Amino acid sequence: MKTLLILSAWLPALLMAQGPTAGKIIEQIDRNMASKSRMMTSTMIIHGERGARTMEMKTWTEGIEKSFTEYLSPARDKGTKMLKLGDQLWMFAPSADRIIQISGHMLRQSVMGSDLSYEDMMDDRKLTDVYNAVVVGPDQIGDRPCWVLELRAKAADAAYFMRKMWVDQERNIPLKEEWYAKSGKLLKQISLSEVKKIDGRWFPTKMVYKDMLKTGAGTEFVINDIRFDTPIPESMFSKAALR
Amino acid sequence: MIRFIFKGLLRDRQRSLLPVIVVVTGVFLTTFLQCWMTGVIGDMISFNANFSTGHVKVMTQAYAGRIDQTPNDLALVETDRLTDSLKTAYPDMNWVQRIRFGGLIDAPDENGETRSQGPAAGWGIDLLSGNQDEIERMNIKKSLVKGKLPSTAGEVLISNQFAEKLKVVPGDQITLLGSTMYGSMTVYNFRVAGTVNFGTSVLDRGAIIADIRDVQIALDMPGAAGEILGYFKTGKYDRAQADSDVARFMANSDPKNPYAPVMVSLRNQNGLSSMVDYMDMVSVLVIAIFVMAMSLVLWNAGLLGGLRRYGEVGVRLAMGESKGLVYRSLIWESILIGLLGSIIGSALGLSLSFWLQNHGLDVSGFIKNASMMLPAVFRTEVTPAAFYIGFIPGLFATVIGTSLAGLGIFKRRTAQLFKELE
Repeated sequence: MKTLLILSAWLPALLMAQGPTAGKIIEQIDRNMASKSRMMTSTMIIHGERGARTMEMKTWTEGIEKSFTEYLSPARDKGTKMLKLGDQLWMFAPSADRIIQISGHMLRQSVMGSDLSYEDMMDDRKLTDVYNAVVVGPDQIGDRPCWVLELRAKAADAAYFMRKMWVDQERNIPLKEEWYAKSGKLLKQISLSEVKKIDGRWFPTKMVYKDMLKTGAGTEFVINDIRFDTPIPESMFSKAALR
Repeated sequence: MIRFIFKGLLRDRQRSLLPVIVVVTGVFLTTFLQCWMTGVIGDMISFNANFSTGHVKVMTQAYAGRIDQTPNDLALVETDRLTDSLKTAYPDMNWVQRIRFGGLIDAPDENGETRSQGPAAGWGIDLLSGNQDEIERMNIKKSLVKGKLPSTAGEVLISNQFAEKLKVVPGDQITLLGSTMYGSMTVYNFRVAGTVNFGTSVLDRGAIIADIRDVQIALDMPGAAGEILGYFKTGKYDRAQADSDVARFMANSDPKNPYAPVMVSLRNQNGLSSMVDYMDMVSVLVIAIFVMAMSLVLWNAGLLGGLRRYGEVGVRLAMGESKGLVYRSLIWESILIGLLGSIIGSALGLSLSFWLQNHGLDVSGFIKNASMMLPAVFRTEVTPAAFYIGFIPGLFATVIGTSLAGLGIFKRRTAQLFKELE
């Protein structure tokens, strides 16, 4: 009995000692999540104060610098386009026939009233480039055993000072995340699910974002179709493509 | 006897000049201070009422809970019907709908791309219906710096400072980037009709004023408004009536429904309650201190006068004047001094107050970084109280001071007078 007790007390530590390092885990996550290019159609369901709104969009991404999104529905937002080039973001609104640059504090504002900010949407950098990670211990999300990682920003321009991440031990995909401010305040909570093997990599196709500073039941982000490493014409990532 | 005493006072300046100066100064300060405090508090209340709080405000319960964020996703709906029912139930008030909104104002270059932009605080008010109430309430005509008032849909006013920052002039197009009532993004073009300057940094930093119907279209709020403001037809905030109206309205409000309309009085918005109470307390305290200080100074003046006139009183007593007669003559002297000083002091205080009531004191230079909504020009307000608030203590303090100082007369012994006088 005594041996059992000692073993149970030491088990997590023993498991951690046998498990991969935090650096290794986030490298594996980057391998799954990052790609040379990406084409995706997705649905965003925003659960606001006055009910839910559903938006459909198509996104083309190249590396971490270039991204282009076109909103396909609803009618009010159809034709709205967003272009990211490096740390700059432009938006085209067909109703006003205007190209507007989103910059400064506006980047922290919500995208289309969702729980995602422009900054969240723009940050495609690899975790290894932005954060230092440590493994805090093992845990379980549903029936999936996870590693709990604590990531602290090493890049000065990181949007969140600390991220806590529950990573599927087998698939190396985060299943839950908590994003914190420097003060320790929880700012956002994300749960990732419906992990599928696409083009040889594991990828979550449903994400639920919850901005903890906003009322409402969060924003569901569902990937309907995603293709990795397909060539995208360079003309897609220009301001001319916005109109 | 009064004429005799009056002549004595005029001929012996040492006996009258200092007490009169003290009374004039005290009465002048008390009168002016009363008008100043009343005026400043009144200006602050009416400024807040006109721009932000109304005398009462109706909004949804959820909106009221997060009013600092002006959450239009929690706005009132079917506001025309609600406004009509308010007009029927509370006929002593004028009711107006308003939409407060935030967002980014973007000014385009010749290619329609961003040239300059800045955060805006917007008001959607009734500008185009032909009713001038809101235009007058917000003092828009007098605040106009360039251009004209909006005359057609899609035209807006922006603060002059904001226009200079964005480098736009009347006639230019600007674009509002904001959120609709349903949380979606809105991008809406306006044309600048004119620029305004309210003299208050909170408003002048980034104000945009549009017709409420344009704002309803821009923010996808048909038949909705964030706030319905009520103003007493008398133009003055009546605290008791407002509290009674609020209690009557709230008796029918559903506390469990976050979208149920609630009514809040002016005092319970923008922290005005504690501010007004504090100002009231300070006002009473300052006036009380002035009256007390004036009484002490006059008492002291009476004592000094008594000492200076020690010989004179002694001679008068030695010559057979009764102590009571001497004492009464000193009291009559003090009444005359008090009357004269109070009349002059009140006249000076009221004159300055009337002048400042009409011309005002421009304090915009001092409050340019203020985060509170303060008027740029403070004015005094001459109330009936101003006619007696300084006059009564001015008169009584002199008489009480002399009465106390003069008591020494009764302690003097006639038998020792000649010895004292030697």
